[in-house]
Amino acid sequence: MKFDLKKFFSRKPKNELEGEAAPQPAPEAPAEAAIPEKLAEKCEKCGQIVLSADMEENFGICPKCGHCKKIDARARIRLCAENFEELFADEAGGNILGFPGYDEKLAALRAKTGEKDAVVCGTADIGGVRCALFSMDYRFQMGSMGHTVGEKITKTFEYAAEERLPVVGFILSGGARMQEGIVSLMQMAKTSAAVACHGEAGLLYIAVLCDPTTGGVSASFAFEADIIMAEKGALIGFAGPRVIEQTIRQTLPEGFQRAEFLQEKGFVDLIVERKEMKDTLAALLKLHAAPEKEAEL
Amino acid sequence: MNAYDIVLKSREKGRPTAVRYISRIVDGFIELHGDRRFADDAAIVGGVGFVGGMPVTVIGIEKGEDTNDKIAHNFGCAHPEGYRKAVRLMKEAEKFGRPVLCFVDTSGAYCGIGAEERGQSEAIASSILEMIRLKTPTLSVVIGEGGSGGALGLCAADEVWITETSTYSVISPEGCASILWKDSAKVAEASECLKMTAPDLEALGAVEKVIPERGFCDEFFEDLKADIARFFRGKRGVCLDELVRARYERFRKF
Repeated sequence: MKFDLKKFFSRKPKNELEGEAAPQPAPEAPAEAAIPEKLAEKCEKCGQIVLSADMEENFGICPKCGHCKKIDARARIRLCAENFEELFADEAGGNILGFPGYDEKLAALRAKTGEKDAVVCGTADIGGVRCALFSMDYRFQMGSMGHTVGEKITKTFEYAAEERLPVVGFILSGGARMQEGIVSLMQMAKTSAAVACHGEAGLLYIAVLCDPTTGGVSASFAFEADIIMAEKGALIGFAGPRVIEQTIRQTLPEGFQRAEFLQEKGFVDLIVERKEMKDTLAALLKLHAAPEKEAEL
Repeated sequence: MNAYDIVLKSREKGRPTAVRYISRIVDGFIELHGDRRFADDAAIVGGVGFVGGMPVTVIGIEKGEDTNDKIAHNFGCAHPEGYRKAVRLMKEAEKFGRPVLCFVDTSGAYCGIGAEERGQSEAIASSILEMIRLKTPTLSVVIGEGGSGGALGLCAADEVWITETSTYSVISPEGCASILWKDSAKVAEASECLKMTAPDLEALGAVEKVIPERGFCDEFFEDLKADIARFFRGKRGVCLDELVRARYERFRKF
């Protein structure tokens, strides 16, 4: 990475729909490059200027106010796991229904993120326990699920069942990818069947619900885990808050559909701060992997 | 008819709803209520009866016929307790070796405060997961709107059939147009692009059979009843592990 003044000062598009992300290949990083791309950034919550290096070191948590900014799929894997080996990296679907504008959109997202789609899968060690994992990426259409996402997650569960590994899923998604129509809806059933088979083999699946987890993803594999963890403050629900407000013509109460609300209602096992995510996962994985201890009398 | 005409037709007033299908196809229907956890959701009607002499469990998403009836059934938008009732009835069917027949007609699962508080996501996720692993034959028939996850919760079946002017989609064309193009006037275009009509769904392999409606005449119901009975009769004596494996493959192909 090299320091790019122009990039530093240029305004980021509000979302990928608005921004014309020029489809350009990622530049080769020169070997000596050690200067960060950005020196400082503004916290999206408190608005204070924070050194990017501090933000990075702090796992995307604002050192001033503690707000957790979204981190991409690979950053989350780095945060929680070691010795990551990627699987199914070549999976990259196309425009199944011939939906207008979708080819261009996919190409732009691929160029912008360097990812083929919204999920990264593989195996890794968490606290010394080997597991299969998948991590969803907000930068790719807010982690929406189409064929490629469904296929990679299904393969991860199938692989884990074969290899007798637990699965850890870092889940973040706005829901189904509507440009893939019914094929996208079918991913909910396909992934659910794979989760079920993995579970029937007596294997552990831990879901970590990140901000946001909604729609078709929340109504399938996100809520089918043995243990459901949520990141503090994450928005989790079936329908998005705006859709609900429009439907019932009421303003929603403060904290509605946040991780804490879900826990209070009985749908989330535990809420974990980002900094403690790795240790909590490690402890749970170790406990499930441990042979029964002899009772100490 | 273009796709948007079919969308309108699938929602048309006077179209037979699940309760009508049940009364025409299931003999000696006895309704069973409640999810044994919270409440009885009138948007989902379930119970037991006979199709062609075979005992079956039948579950339908009911929109209601006239205005009062629609209100009573919440316009076919189920709450979590509806999906939990469906799962309860499916498990009961599995225990007694009865096939499960679902009639699906919903614009989508209800979105509201209570639905979220009681775990709409979890309820639908569990319904999909339980149904897709159910060790008894299952058949779902989309008879109007097959709206997104709310429909899929009752469509994780061995086969999915659809009547010719019904739809099945990941999102309503209105939702698609407003989210993607910020223009609700593009509903007709969205209906086309989503490939949500019966012939498109059949071509994509999302449904096995398109049923001609013939104005919903008596013969329509009689033939459908015969087809359903034949389907379940064909599953008699099948190895249940094989059945579940085939169902896995049915969805795995997507």
